[in-house]
Amino acid sequence: MGEKLVSLNDVTFKYEGQDRNAVDCVSFDVYKGEWLAIVGHNGSGKSTLAKLLNGLQFAESGSITINDIELSEATVWDARKKVGMVFQNPDNQFVGTTVQDDVAFGLENLGVQHQMMVERVQNALNKVQMDQFLNQEPHHLSGGQKQRVAIAGVLALQPDIIILDEATSMLDPRGREEVLHTVRELKDENILTVISITHDLEEAAKADRIIVMNQGLLYRQGTPDEIFQLEGELVELGLDIPFSVKLGKALREQGLNLADSHLTEEELVKDLCELNSRM
Amino acid sequence: MLDKMIFGRYVPLDSLVHRMDPRSKLLLVFFFVCIVFLANNLITYGILAVFTLALIALSKIPARFLFNGLKPILFLILFTLLLHILFTKEGDVIYDFGFIEIYEGGLRQGLYISFRFTLLILVTSLLTLTTSPISITDGLEQLLGPLKKWKMPVHELALMMSISLRFIPTLMEETEKIMKAQTARGVDFTSGPIKERVKSIVPLLVPLFVSSFKRAEELAIAMEARGYRGGEGRTKYRQLSWHAVDTLLLCTLAVLTILLLLFRSY
Ligand SMILES: Nc1ncnc2c1ncn2[C@@H]1O[C@H](COP(=O)(O)OP(=O)(O)OP(=O)(O)O)[C@@H](O)[C@H]1O
Ligand SMILES: [Mg+2]
Repeated sequence: MGEKLVSLNDVTFKYEGQDRNAVDCVSFDVYKGEWLAIVGHNGSGKSTLAKLLNGLQFAESGSITINDIELSEATVWDARKKVGMVFQNPDNQFVGTTVQDDVAFGLENLGVQHQMMVERVQNALNKVQMDQFLNQEPHHLSGGQKQRVAIAGVLALQPDIIILDEATSMLDPRGREEVLHTVRELKDENILTVISITHDLEEAAKADRIIVMNQGLLYRQGTPDEIFQLEGELVELGLDIPFSVKLGKALREQGLNLADSHLTEEELVKDLCELNSRM
Repeated sequence: MLDKMIFGRYVPLDSLVHRMDPRSKLLLVFFFVCIVFLANNLITYGILAVFTLALIALSKIPARFLFNGLKPILFLILFTLLLHILFTKEGDVIYDFGFIEIYEGGLRQGLYISFRFTLLILVTSLLTLTTSPISITDGLEQLLGPLKKWKMPVHELALMMSISLRFIPTLMEETEKIMKAQTARGVDFTSGPIKERVKSIVPLLVPLFVSSFKRAEELAIAMEARGYRGGEGRTKYRQLSWHAVDTLLLCTLAVLTILLLLFRSY
């Protein structure tokens, strides 16, 4: 597995006035070029983890290292350049009055020269296929388009990692597919390492690795195959398992001779067809 | 509908005045407001009128938009006219109704002042009709820039303006949504006595406030995540460009001032 990009060491964090740690002694690594999904029930500390990674909150104990920079109040602005973040609500992260102004916002903050800014804004919008909408105002865009603009805003800063904190949960299925497709392409072009916080297990199933959070603790990490083997345990944690995994299991219980597990419906359909042709 | 009140003002056309730098337009309005008070006779008012009409013609703005800008002020203009006619006692009596006398001076003063009013409104409307709110914000930020030395939060104010402009349509939509939701719950916004109607605004405002605060918090986090740390060391994406026309316009204004000074009566 490629080189380590981020590593967390026994990170603990508690919100003021809360009696439980929101993130409790969590350690894991993120590797360059991977797609890491973080799942967990509501309040399990996923968003807090994301904020810690971006220096929006600081750990009480433990350390976070990003690209060999240890995150602290002194290094946070450098580290933040490496980690871009896209939040849940498309409206509440759109700062500019038009698409291009919004993409430029982060660049303006870094004091990038005008000529360079124009170039990078154009490039970033090309990559998310929103270059037709330069002067569009946010209230004329769909949720999916707004999220793509948010991604462009992150890309313009040329980060190594993008964190999606339930970035698709307020979108309709089409918008969700648009956004995920965009991110997947960027990841395949080796531009980005993706950390995706999600409730959508179908999406998590397509990740390279999954981390399961439970009450602030890291409950389990592994490949989607390994994680969905847990089935019952996941359900106890308030998580669902993808439909194809569930159906596959039910069919096997009925005595059907199916291979182990199917993370996507396509895989399941393919196997069932093969089985059918052999019968 | 509310949308129109705020954005309906800017008429995006392609004209010389539209293309001008917002800074020069802002300066123009500022100086115009000052020199309007120099005019005090037919010739000087005539000069100002010609200047204003020339600007309007250059801007290609249809007269109806300008008239819309005047409408809310029309009452005030007529009222000043009336006050002067009735109460300023200067010069000869030109008409005597018995219970009230109309003086020549009063009529003249009234007409001049209401005309002055009209000119001021026309020129300021011309600014908002030909310049988008965001350009005005940019222009103001640049013009007031030097005040930063005296600790004026110019950048912050401009950012506040531009974020407000960006969120007006969003909040509008939200208001409409809440209104519908409350109507579905039996709140009546459109009929009944005034007192009841004012009361019915409360269930509209409370959720709106709550959600605005939530938005503000999320926006602040998103801005910080994108590296926002105040105006220091920030560059601007939207650039203003000062052209020859802009210099020319300010020169015209200087000429105008000299003409007014020459032709005004002492
Ligand atoms: N600003 C805050 N102040 C105090 N406590 C907070 C704050 N934000 C979150 N918490 C608490 O911290 C815990 C973890 O919250 P977090 O937002 O990280 O959960 P999450 O996994 O992102 O949940 P969700 O799936 O609902 O987004 C929760 O118990 C929550 O109540
Ligand atoms: Mg969350």
